[in-house]
Amino acid sequence: MIRRRLFNLAATAALAGLALSGAAQAAEVIKLGAIAPKTGPLAGGAVVTQWPNIQLWVEQVNARGGLDVGGTQMMIELIEYDDKTNPGEHIKLAQRLAEQDQVDFVVAPYGTGFNIAAAPIYGRYGYPMIAVSAITDKMDELTERYPNLFFTLGTTTAFVDGVKEILVEQREAGAIGNEIAMVNVADAFGIELADRARELFTEAGFELVYDKSYPLGTPDLSPVMKGAKDSGAKAFVAWSYPPDSFGLAEQAIIEDLDVSVYYSAVATSFPAFGDAYGGKINNVLGAGGTNVDDPAIAAYRAAHLDVTGKVADYWASANTYAALQILEQAIEGAGTKDKETVTQYIKDNSFDTVMGTLTFENNVSHTFWSVGQWQDGVFRGVKGTGVEGAVPVRLKDGWVE
Amino acid sequence: MLDILVSGLLLSGTYALVAMGLNLQYGVARIMNLANGEVLVLGALAAFWLFTTSQVSPLLTVILVIPVAFVGNWLIYRFLLTPLVRRSKNQGQLEVDAILATFGMSFILIGIMVSIEGGFFAYKYLSEPISILGSTSSLNRLVAFLIAVAIGGALYLWLNHTRPGVAVRAVAVSTEASGLVGINVPRMSALAFALGGAITAVGGALISTFITLDASIGVVFTMKALIIVIMGGVGEIRGAIVAAAILGLVETAVATLVDPGLTLAAAYLIFVLILLFRPQGLFGRVSS
Repeated sequence: MIRRRLFNLAATAALAGLALSGAAQAAEVIKLGAIAPKTGPLAGGAVVTQWPNIQLWVEQVNARGGLDVGGTQMMIELIEYDDKTNPGEHIKLAQRLAEQDQVDFVVAPYGTGFNIAAAPIYGRYGYPMIAVSAITDKMDELTERYPNLFFTLGTTTAFVDGVKEILVEQREAGAIGNEIAMVNVADAFGIELADRARELFTEAGFELVYDKSYPLGTPDLSPVMKGAKDSGAKAFVAWSYPPDSFGLAEQAIIEDLDVSVYYSAVATSFPAFGDAYGGKINNVLGAGGTNVDDPAIAAYRAAHLDVTGKVADYWASANTYAALQILEQAIEGAGTKDKETVTQYIKDNSFDTVMGTLTFENNVSHTFWSVGQWQDGVFRGVKGTGVEGAVPVRLKDGWVE
Repeated sequence: MLDILVSGLLLSGTYALVAMGLNLQYGVARIMNLANGEVLVLGALAAFWLFTTSQVSPLLTVILVIPVAFVGNWLIYRFLLTPLVRRSKNQGQLEVDAILATFGMSFILIGIMVSIEGGFFAYKYLSEPISILGSTSSLNRLVAFLIAVAIGGALYLWLNHTRPGVAVRAVAVSTEASGLVGINVPRMSALAFALGGAITAVGGALISTFITLDASIGVVFTMKALIIVIMGGVGEIRGAIVAAAILGLVETAVATLVDPGLTLAAAYLIFVLILLFRPQGLFGRVSS
């Protein structure tokens, strides 16, 4: 008897619970889709910059009771897929998100090529797409064609300009001469940046005494570094990707590359880069940067470490988080799940984020860091647009710890 | 010139480490192992993980990795691949089945590795500059090269001067004939597969000291290993070593003298030439 009564009680409780949560689910869930690499060549970058920020933001929003959509609190339900660093796979999954999972909003893809490749499909379903890890000079053209697409991390030219400014300043200061050694990884990203750099550096009166490309995944970069060293240039610029940013630093240490300015592009800002090479890479310049002294950034970085167990990278992590904050504020501001209204809200308003106040001008935000530098264990922003807290550039002085 | 020779030979050592294991697995056990690169990365992950969490020297990891990888690969052969070997009526069918099975296995291994470490296996070990014949290189590459030479030499002696070694070579030549003369073919195949896996994992642990790997990069090494094995001649350890040396030297020469952008093109050009003029590989026998 007792057992039956207990059972009944339990069943009633379960039913009540079910009914409650059922009602809650029907009214209070907003579905968010995220597709990015967990495997494949870009996975190493995406698990540093993209995935932890999605995790952090969803946890924080849900912890405070979800999004306030027109007076209704909605918990975020995250649906994530691995695109295996394959654009075809990404597009298939994007279709699945829209048709089968019927998500309300999406997180923009990881990588320039993926954002451009997926813009038509997300555009067709009307999702606002706040791209972060995408750097190109074709933003105006793209945003005109896909009015739902937004850019936040800067243009190719802005990135090259940041490096050029440093080179010009250091030439005026007498630290380097006119000669530059430049290398790039032979893929779309490296080639586009190197092409632009060739124009801008030559215009500024520099001479590229070593200018070579190498294939992605080259196992031995020592011939490249020996060539750069033999050129005698006091400035070294590499439009590199991971893992070659690591490989070049390793070879520079081995060859004791004698330069005053050393720059490598993507992954230089990763905490793993600093962890691996320690004091030897002090004063190495790289793409990105952040202002760790800014209270908002400091609080964000602490939360990132706390929730994900990983140190945030010193570049696009904050931008990725800021893009999610924009989506959050736009949905709450517009007070609806209607994609068109939210997209229009993003265009018309400014947003208070960890990157400061962000606004879009023709769908492009002009607040970003372009060059940073490892200074005593922290990668600090030295050049940027619309950002505050840039520190002076220091000269590279040997590779000894 | 000396730079090219030194850097080229050191790179050859890396390539030999990548290819020797697959050579045994494909040449003797006749398993076209597409998860070869993932086993290599698994070795690298072990070295990275032990080094960053408990400061274990990668050289010690190399020794730890040998029995673990040997047993792991033996189990894979025994329980996953033996049924395929049994049911296949000819070499062609076994190859197709093995390719599909190991391709699937590679995804499982990647999944396991991503769940342990999804980012880059970035650490630094023995990256001290040293001068070899006046050319600057790094200690970790030299160590990897020396171990590659030791493994290659030991393998060569073992295959040519011991009873089990000769039995393994006999299986490489013909499974039917070696069965007829009383060689336990399934056991020798399992041994070769396990040994190949252990060598590959050791290679990964060593390579991770100077190349930053991640969980998904295995396929790059599988491809390189495949090229070297086919260039050298399937089942020929000398062939793999010579092919690795050629590839290392040519890539370094092209990178230094012509353009680093053309190293891949040069490697594939040699590959195509060898396939055109010596399709059985440098040291391979013409199959009857």
